[in-house]
Amino acid sequence: MREIILTVKRTLNVPVECLEISPNSFAGKGLEQIRAMEVWEGNRRSRLEDVFEVKEEGGNPSDELTVRIVGDASRIRKIGCSMTEGSIAIEGNAGMYLGEQMSAGSITVSGDVGAWLGSRMKGGAIEVKGTAGDFVGSSYRGSTKGMKAGTIIVHGNAGTEVGCWMRNGTIRIKGSSGMFPGMHMNNGTIYIEKDCAGRAGAQMTGGRVIVGGYVPAILPSFNIEEVRERVKVGEEKIPGPFYVFTGDLNENGNGKLFINVAKNPHLKWCEEYLG
Amino acid sequence: MTELLIRNGTVFDPLNRIRGEKMDLAVRDGRIAESVSSKAKIIDASGMVVMPGGVDIHSHIAGSKVNSGRILRPEDHEKDVEERTSITRAGVGYSIPSTFTTGYRYSRMGYTTVFEPATPPLKTRHTHEELDQIPIIDKACFPLFGNNWFVMEYLKEGKLEECAAYIAWMLNATKGYAIKIVDPGGVEAWGWGRYLKRLDEEVPHFAITPREILRGLCKINKMLGMPHAIHVHTNNLGNPGNYLTTIETMDCVADLAGGGKPVIHITHVQFCGFTGNSWLNVGSGAPEIAEYVNKHDHVTVDPGQVVFGDTTTMTADGPFQFLLHKLSGNKWVNVDVEGETGAGIVPFRYRRSNYVNAVQWGIGLELMLLVKDPWKIYLTTDHPNAGPFTSYPKVITWLMSKDARGRVLARINKNARRRLDLPGIDREYTFEEIAIVTRAGTSKSLGLKKKGHLGVGADADIAVYSIDVSNIDPSRDYELVRKALANAAYTIKNGEIVVREGEIVATPTGTTYWVDPKVSNDLMQQTTASLSAKFEEYYTVRMANYPVEENYLESPTRIEAVAEV
Repeated sequence: MREIILTVKRTLNVPVECLEISPNSFAGKGLEQIRAMEVWEGNRRSRLEDVFEVKEEGGNPSDELTVRIVGDASRIRKIGCSMTEGSIAIEGNAGMYLGEQMSAGSITVSGDVGAWLGSRMKGGAIEVKGTAGDFVGSSYRGSTKGMKAGTIIVHGNAGTEVGCWMRNGTIRIKGSSGMFPGMHMNNGTIYIEKDCAGRAGAQMTGGRVIVGGYVPAILPSFNIEEVRERVKVGEEKIPGPFYVFTGDLNENGNGKLFINVAKNPHLKWCEEYLG
Repeated sequence: MTELLIRNGTVFDPLNRIRGEKMDLAVRDGRIAESVSSKAKIIDASGMVVMPGGVDIHSHIAGSKVNSGRILRPEDHEKDVEERTSITRAGVGYSIPSTFTTGYRYSRMGYTTVFEPATPPLKTRHTHEELDQIPIIDKACFPLFGNNWFVMEYLKEGKLEECAAYIAWMLNATKGYAIKIVDPGGVEAWGWGRYLKRLDEEVPHFAITPREILRGLCKINKMLGMPHAIHVHTNNLGNPGNYLTTIETMDCVADLAGGGKPVIHITHVQFCGFTGNSWLNVGSGAPEIAEYVNKHDHVTVDPGQVVFGDTTTMTADGPFQFLLHKLSGNKWVNVDVEGETGAGIVPFRYRRSNYVNAVQWGIGLELMLLVKDPWKIYLTTDHPNAGPFTSYPKVITWLMSKDARGRVLARINKNARRRLDLPGIDREYTFEEIAIVTRAGTSKSLGLKKKGHLGVGADADIAVYSIDVSNIDPSRDYELVRKALANAAYTIKNGEIVVREGEIVATPTGTTYWVDPKVSNDLMQQTTASLSAKFEEYYTVRMANYPVEENYLESPTRIEAVAEV
């Protein structure tokens, strides 16, 4: 196996953007070529080697490639952008737009990531041990094309609008999320294991948002359907029981909200409306 | 004194009846000259086509709704980013380019003059601020009058002269160029929750009909001696069967014709050229409209040609945009309704496979090909409504080559293909006809004496394209033609080379034209006196604070019109 190791050289004070930090754009290139790749540091054009120390370990160029990033990359944007193969392992934090538009391969992060994690993702897998910013798996601002397929797992908390305009795939937040998870989503699953700050599923037309913890309230444009004992996410059965709501009726939607019954005693009044 | 000599080009200058002759063009101090001294800089244009700089009669490039469109569509910009160079600024496209990018992209295509066709009077200061930021090209804007309360009141009371004075005051106040009418009365009616679909329905609270508004403004246009005709976006736009409304609109001012000039320009006819009575059986009304245009000299049209792909629709016709928002389910914003007009913006993707979109594509081309006299029809895509202006070269190849449009035709919705007359039309435009519909005709229609031709004394706005007419057959080599038109070999603006081989090499400031109709002092005093009372009653601005001062514009050019009243 061939491994390219990028070590962040110094503290970065401005955002650094590089569209080419991915196994598929490194594949078939020698170290010198990789070092010379174009990077924007703020409004200045520079080379990859100005930001990173670039090393290579093992394997022939034709092997499957792993990219390892060491150090604080929290100012580095678009790592793994449009990635189609291989894997990226980040030992530390990563910046905005991690794995944007990726279609295959895997990304793991040991620290925290910025906003737009896996935005417009088309496949592959991302796992973040720390927290994630806003717009996990969402569309670009203004666009209606969110995450299409793949899996995103965040072990910590996530920000607002998780899975905005999501079309399919799975997002699992092991911590809590901000407001508006599943906004405009039309298919796929968002599972928030802990609390959600509210307004889950606003304007959703399909798909599922599952909240294992506390929610302050359910939007008035959702109808209660039933109480279910458990819900399946992939192969795993999540024990409930859960209130199941349908909506968003403002959009003629048929999305489902699964809200943990035990953690939300203030929603007990909904049970009156059950058939 | 700067001098240029463009040598040996194949010149197409329809207004001076030059049809592809090999000749030299002399330029001195920004004007076409008889001859130049031996010190002149020489451009070798052998094997190249030379035309006057393009003049676009209808393209939404600036103003409050254009900017709202930019705000609405970050995803449109994200996919099309232009980096700065040592000469140009950074900017974005795609369907609503930023101001600087708009100027660069027009210049690269050899266009040097562009008219913004709809500005809400109250917000025209903003329009001028944006126009001033568009480099290189000359420009102007048309204020909207079709739903103006004062206009409707004056016309209802039969006070034609006062109305003319009001419009003269407004054109001066807004530094506008022509009278634009959008959905006359309809936008106002929609404000009260109603749709006006016929020319003889009454506007609520004003007891006036669209027909009366159109006729009134058409008479006033003549009284004021305006250089351009009334510029009309019809009622009932975007509804099946509306080609009849379009013909009725053209016909309602037929008796006001005269003076050897057209009195009405109907814009983006493609959007108001539908037959049928539902979206299932909508068809092309282009043959009927073209027949009318062919038989009458008082009307000119432009097609608003659809280009398949993603774009942003924006018009002062709020009701139509609301309908489109409902039909497409896409996001929208509604702006300018708080001013004297209205507007809506909806992102839209025209699809080949969609029956209605394919018919719309066919209507524009049928119209361009069936109107026999090229002086009566001008090339537009109603940028960005039916496609961005950067698609003009593509549209030109559809006009010049049956094969080029045949290739698209083979891929559109098959029911649409069966219903269109387009497959049976063999006409192919010549370079001369292209020069008419893109520059000579438009500048004549706009009354621009020094644009659109290359006679001595004309502004030296010149486009040079590397097309060797002796070797290239546009009907077969349409790809070469498209590439050459998209990246002019040279664009010359006021005698200065601004584009070389498709690259911007200089960014001078263009001028903004505005028309100042001179009505008699007595009439103007009397009208402004009553106006100021109305301003106190209706407006949030004092009348004295309303006008855009001439020195507010970076480089204004005043055109005086002599009014009859």
